[in-house]
Amino acid sequence: MIDSALIPKGLKRCPTWQFVAAIGVFGAVALWGVYAMLLCWFKGLNQTNMNDYYGFALWIWADLAVIAVGGGAFFTGLLRYIIGKDELKNIINFAVLIGFICYSSALLILGMDVGQPLRSWFIFWHANVHSMLTEVAFCLSCYFAVLTIEYIPLVLENRQMDKVPFFHNLSHNMHGVMAVFAATGAFLSFFHQGSLGGVAGVLFGRPFAFREGILIWPWTFFLFTWSAAAYGPCFTLLLTKLTEKISKKKLVKDNVVELLAKISGWMIFTYTIAKLIDTIYWANITAPSLGFKLSHFYSNNAIYGYWILFAEIILGGVVPALILITKKGRQNPTAFTTAIILAVIGVCLNRWVMVLQVMAVPVMTFDTWALYIPSWQEIATTLLPVAYGVILIIISFRYLPVFPQELELNPDESNKAQQNTEKAEENPALDAKLSPAGA
Amino acid sequence: MSKELSHNKVRRYGMVIDLDKCTGCGACMVACMAENNVPFKEDESNKRDSITWMKVYKLTNGKPFPNTEICYLPRPCQHCEGHDGHSPCVSVCPATATDYNSETGIVSQIYTRCFGCRYCMAACPYHARYFNWWDPVWPDGMEKYLSPNVSPRMRGVVEKCSFCFHRYQLAKDKAYYEGRSEVREDEYQTACTQACPAGAITFGDLNNPLHAVHQMVKPDLKHAGRPKSPNAFRLLERLGTNPKVYYLSDREWVRRAGDNYMADTKNHLEPKEH
Ligand code: SF4
Ligand code: SF4
Repeated sequence: MIDSALIPKGLKRCPTWQFVAAIGVFGAVALWGVYAMLLCWFKGLNQTNMNDYYGFALWIWADLAVIAVGGGAFFTGLLRYIIGKDELKNIINFAVLIGFICYSSALLILGMDVGQPLRSWFIFWHANVHSMLTEVAFCLSCYFAVLTIEYIPLVLENRQMDKVPFFHNLSHNMHGVMAVFAATGAFLSFFHQGSLGGVAGVLFGRPFAFREGILIWPWTFFLFTWSAAAYGPCFTLLLTKLTEKISKKKLVKDNVVELLAKISGWMIFTYTIAKLIDTIYWANITAPSLGFKLSHFYSNNAIYGYWILFAEIILGGVVPALILITKKGRQNPTAFTTAIILAVIGVCLNRWVMVLQVMAVPVMTFDTWALYIPSWQEIATTLLPVAYGVILIIISFRYLPVFPQELELNPDESNKAQQNTEKAEENPALDAKLSPAGA
Repeated sequence: MSKELSHNKVRRYGMVIDLDKCTGCGACMVACMAENNVPFKEDESNKRDSITWMKVYKLTNGKPFPNTEICYLPRPCQHCEGHDGHSPCVSVCPATATDYNSETGIVSQIYTRCFGCRYCMAACPYHARYFNWWDPVWPDGMEKYLSPNVSPRMRGVVEKCSFCFHRYQLAKDKAYYEGRSEVREDEYQTACTQACPAGAITFGDLNNPLHAVHQMVKPDLKHAGRPKSPNAFRLLERLGTNPKVYYLSDREWVRRAGDNYMADTKNHLEPKEH
């Protein structure tokens, strides 16, 4: 393979053509997204189907969803470095990579979403400390910086990079102080995940979103942080399983997966109880005190019915929690996969409800439900981060030692790969011809 | 005169709209657009992205003929005070691009600072905020007719009714020039108030017992401005937005349309404090 010299020692990767083809396909999707993004920047947000009723739309949901599922990074970091679950060192790199992708995507989406992107810095310059969005902006940017710092050592571990003594030492030293960054990341995440929940919860003009709380923080503040910590690891696990399936090999040992799944399961379990209490309180006390019956939020429209409540709390909460907290559930591959898929859908649905349904529900008695269908530009720009994420995972997986246990779990192929690599190192120019397909 | 009613230096400009007088002619909407350089689209059929600082809603009592009744409800920005100026929209704006003026009670919008995140739109339950999805395009020659007192807005920012704040500034300048510290009631009136042929809109300082608006609704300052007049009401009073636009109607169903009620709630509303 032409790029053997870059591939981690002893690991087998797909042929270059497959790699290039995959990058090509997702690159095309990303380019489509970039085109739509440029349209939005140069022609304005009239390229979307948003309107004055639907000021927040598809990509803001995507923004919230990626931040929620990206929560795996801070929570796994917290468990590994602060709480001391040492086994998780075998999945932390991947969690950080996913977090990095999710948060860079979130920032990109925010850059597209605002009407005057060139003024985005006003949020820092003219910051209104009472606004939840200000808190989101500050913590999100800082946390992205932390994630970048956490991702850099992994990049420096690339075989060629590692040969440079400076990079080698830098990466080594960065690893040494990673606990500090993990703690900072957890602290920042607590606040921005929470303030994202607060964004909806403080809207006292929108009874569907509004929640009481403690001091300045509505209950959604805590629910969002909790759910990101609970569901984020499920997304990390889902992508791990997917990467294993595509690369056709085991990458992380079962005990690591099970440990993370178990913690995630208990977190989802407790979160779901909290969410249930919140929903019952809101439905019976908060909303009626504002003049709204629960049925107001779930009837007289084509999409939003009670099913969404059921899907979010039962299918996306109770079911995955029950599967993941039992040993049997975790060890049964079908049940396990179902649980992590349901969990990821569940948290994404929660974010949908807390952004898009909020916009849809009529508040004035003579208002009507506002439904909205995104334009192709919105779909393309929402797919852009997905494509970008896939590309970054493909590249990172190929060239960086993302999964520390890969070598140990695949000893046979390592030997073969080792031989090929050695050959390639002797004569890199011949490599493309010499290496057998599949190596 | 009780202390509560004594003339307070802090003004709270507000509006009273008599719904039994409104004919739904839309003159207020037109006057508002002309006065405030509100941009429009070539095709205005999609109302969900048209900018209408003042919007007239059509309400019906939902009864079949011959008992059908119609009511037109003009809705400007309600200039919500919330609790201590904690308006729904002002409190959420991350860039302090919208502000509650504690001297006048007017909720301002700083177009050059707004960066278009639209969080304020999500916060406003009255849909009083509008986003500039396009840059304004004026038909040839029309730019000469724009008001020089109101800056036109660019694409990508939010705008809304300002209670014709520029008129207040002009009136204040005039009063200052004439050596007065007070702006007279008739010196500061909004464009919609003056345009309404039915005289349905009244504008003035709710804190000033001499102003018509105060006399019409008798705001109860101890209860977040709740109207003491039996026929007066505010939109979504119970949410605690504390609006400064009051509506009047003799008709019970119209008054009830102003807020959401559970089957068992009476008309008496206790607004939530935020
Ligand atoms: S009506 Fe809407 S825009 Fe006007 S002050 Fe109230 S919340 Fe803000
Ligand atoms: S759209 Fe403008 S005024 Fe509204 S919240 Fe965002 S920055 Fe503030």
